[in-house]
Amino acid sequence: MTTTTPVEEDGVKRRDFLYIAAGGVGAVGTAMAIWPFVDQMNPSADVLALSTTEVDLGAIEVGSEITAVWQGKPVFVRHRTADEIAAAERDDTANLPDPQADADRVIKPEWLIMLGVCTHLGCVPLKESGDFNGWFCPCHGSHYDTSGRIRKGPAPLNLPVPPYEFLDDTTVKIG
Amino acid sequence: MSFQPKNPMVKWVEHRLPIVGMVHHALYDYPTPKNLSYWWTFGSLAGFMLVVQIITGIVLSMHYTPHVDLAFNSVEHIMRDVNYGWLLRYMHANGASMFFIVVYLHIFRGLYYGSYKAPRELLWWLGLVIFLLMMATAFMGYVLPWGQMSFWGATVITNLFGAIPVVGDTIVTWLWGGFSVDNPTLNRFFSLHYLLPFVIVGVVILHIWSLHTNGSNNPTGLDLKEKSDSIPFHPYYTIKDLFGLAVFLIFFSAFLFYAPNYLGHPDNYIPANPLVTPAHIVPEWYFLPFYAILRAVPDKLGGVLLMFGAIAILFLLPWLDRSRIRSARFRPIYKQLFWIFVADCILLTYIGGKPAEGAYILWGRIATIYYFVHILILLPLVGLFEKPKPLPASISEDVLAKKGSAGEASNA
Amino acid sequence: MLKLIKSLSAAALLSVVAISGAHAAGAAIEYKSVDWSHEGPFGTYDRAAAQRGLQVYREVCAGCHSLEQVSFRTLADLGFTEDEIKAIAAEGTYMDGPNDEGDMFERAGKPFDKFPSPFANEKAARASNGGAFPPDLSLIVKARPGFENYLYSLLTGYEDAPEDHKLPAGMAYNAYFAGHNIAMPAPLAEDGVEYADGTKASVDQMAKDVTVFLAWAAEPKLEERKNMGLKVILFLLLLGGIFYAAKRKVWSDLH
Repeated sequence: MTTTTPVEEDGVKRRDFLYIAAGGVGAVGTAMAIWPFVDQMNPSADVLALSTTEVDLGAIEVGSEITAVWQGKPVFVRHRTADEIAAAERDDTANLPDPQADADRVIKPEWLIMLGVCTHLGCVPLKESGDFNGWFCPCHGSHYDTSGRIRKGPAPLNLPVPPYEFLDDTTVKIG
Repeated sequence: MSFQPKNPMVKWVEHRLPIVGMVHHALYDYPTPKNLSYWWTFGSLAGFMLVVQIITGIVLSMHYTPHVDLAFNSVEHIMRDVNYGWLLRYMHANGASMFFIVVYLHIFRGLYYGSYKAPRELLWWLGLVIFLLMMATAFMGYVLPWGQMSFWGATVITNLFGAIPVVGDTIVTWLWGGFSVDNPTLNRFFSLHYLLPFVIVGVVILHIWSLHTNGSNNPTGLDLKEKSDSIPFHPYYTIKDLFGLAVFLIFFSAFLFYAPNYLGHPDNYIPANPLVTPAHIVPEWYFLPFYAILRAVPDKLGGVLLMFGAIAILFLLPWLDRSRIRSARFRPIYKQLFWIFVADCILLTYIGGKPAEGAYILWGRIATIYYFVHILILLPLVGLFEKPKPLPASISEDVLAKKGSAGEASNA
Repeated sequence: MLKLIKSLSAAALLSVVAISGAHAAGAAIEYKSVDWSHEGPFGTYDRAAAQRGLQVYREVCAGCHSLEQVSFRTLADLGFTEDEIKAIAAEGTYMDGPNDEGDMFERAGKPFDKFPSPFANEKAARASNGGAFPPDLSLIVKARPGFENYLYSLLTGYEDAPEDHKLPAGMAYNAYFAGHNIAMPAPLAEDGVEYADGTKASVDQMAKDVTVFLAWAAEPKLEERKNMGLKVILFLLLLGGIFYAAKRKVWSDLH
């Protein structure tokens, strides 16, 4: 592009190397400096510390449920009746949009614990309603069964089950 | 060589918005004196610090809460819980000091080399406007952590406006949005602290526009005469400024990582308490010279007027300085006076940090008087009576002469 | 460039004198000086001392002084295990709620809680302490000129008042407190706590330990900061070196 002045081959090589090194090291430094500015938007230490919730199951009667809060989202904790469990297990073989056995969705069959967030667009479904006596999402008409599986409507997936463990018979730790 | 794009995409854009050409023009066509020393690096460093302050500030505001009950704790939340929050906050707090350091050096460079003289008067004015906006921004930013110094600094500085005859108290109440510094004050300071940096960006653009209209001054103070006096900005000054930036960042890092609270005040780690004043109120170091001038006068209105006057007379500098020579290199007497003036400013900084008692009062008054005597009396007079040294014919001749003498020195 | 460096360092030196002059203002008392392990560019907190310091804080200071910025979970920094942290947290009680009946209820502390405050608010604290307000200790080390040395000096600075000093009722005499009249009675007594690691709990030892703990409480990211600083500065030295070489090369074309 520009007129080249007669420079010795070594000089050109040394110069090119220096420019590439300067640009390269400068770019690496810039990239490293950007990271803290990105990472500061990730959940902070106090938010992460609240990422587990303990729920006392003792007060939940058979056939009723509570809504706990985990990571700012509703979690349905349902003490299922024998009929509900039976219906859920019977439908394992039904035509499911998102096939999953009821046994894979619970640790103890009488306790169904799942996120109360419709997998369509994030509304909170209503309990004990819909065509399958499970949950019904009023926003766009998705029907979930007594295992929280999607049966009818626009939602693509079953209500997700969060990671949880039983600390003892009446205490469960979600997260 | 004017910009002739070859890439069709660039051509398309260029036809509608000649932005690439503008950058190209600033980098290649804009003739820069070939003899700029490292003193000229502080301009681009100031620009760099402005960007650092804006970016860290935007990020900090994502975690900060401007409320009297929550502000102090939200800053501690940033320091303890937010990912890299401690880094970002220390960067912003020390960054303010770094910004002032480079800007003060930039201003003193202008004073030494006569960069404010025709045809750069407007350039100088715009720079002073940036300086004033910086002071307002820094002051309001210091209030945000809502520590003891924040609160009492805000109280003392806003009370300055109470010195204005007749309407003073009304103005102070208006500034506060109440009858003392309180939540409304904190909220508006936060809003303005976020706004003003972008106003600064606007004035910086005008500052650079004005700079590019007549070109940079240089250590000889001579205008560009021959083609060989100038070189393109890129790559010569881009690489020189980048090297300067790396060195400056080491200096910045030393404070940031090893003495992040050195330039601050311990009292600002005590939550604001409107009922207890700290034993000794001092502003941040960059305000100390003006604080010393304020306290040099035993009268409220007089002190305020003198403090603002100290900055206002800087606007008159292009006309107060009667010398037709720009650079102090060729002005033997002015050069001495310049360094005495620097020493006087450092003395004012020192006095500003001391309690107003005993010998400090006397020295504060002497230093204040000298500040004004230098600008209002000595500067005009020395221009009339000083016999300047002979000027070189051109920048090139000066550079060659210097190279020659350096060669002799190394041969000897 | 040499001239630039010369004038810059001269100005820097003068400014440092000017600014540190400002810092020293009002600090007429010379504090006792201790070599803290966390000082210096490579300094780290003495974990054992900080753990003992936590014990001193909980058994001696916590009766009057809050530590409201510090969460139990962050004690992991000082080498406490998750179970130990849970146990420490559980000793505090917290008001939580409302529950499903709409009532507030009390529960044991959890690791995500902050240290409980001994008083509901400043007025309650003053009422219980003869009008004096025991300050929060979260940032106390950073909030006093003299920093660690001040706190250590204060804690070990209780003396009998000199003959000519008039001590107001209810006050104690402290050689390092501004004005010497301090509302806090001497908090530390020989063997005031019993250290699990067998360290003798002398007043001097406890003062040092609690100071280390509170230094950590005030600046928990100190080690991360210094660690990063070393890497950043080494990188910048490399970057500066390369830029300088490139600058020399670019300018060598100029005749």
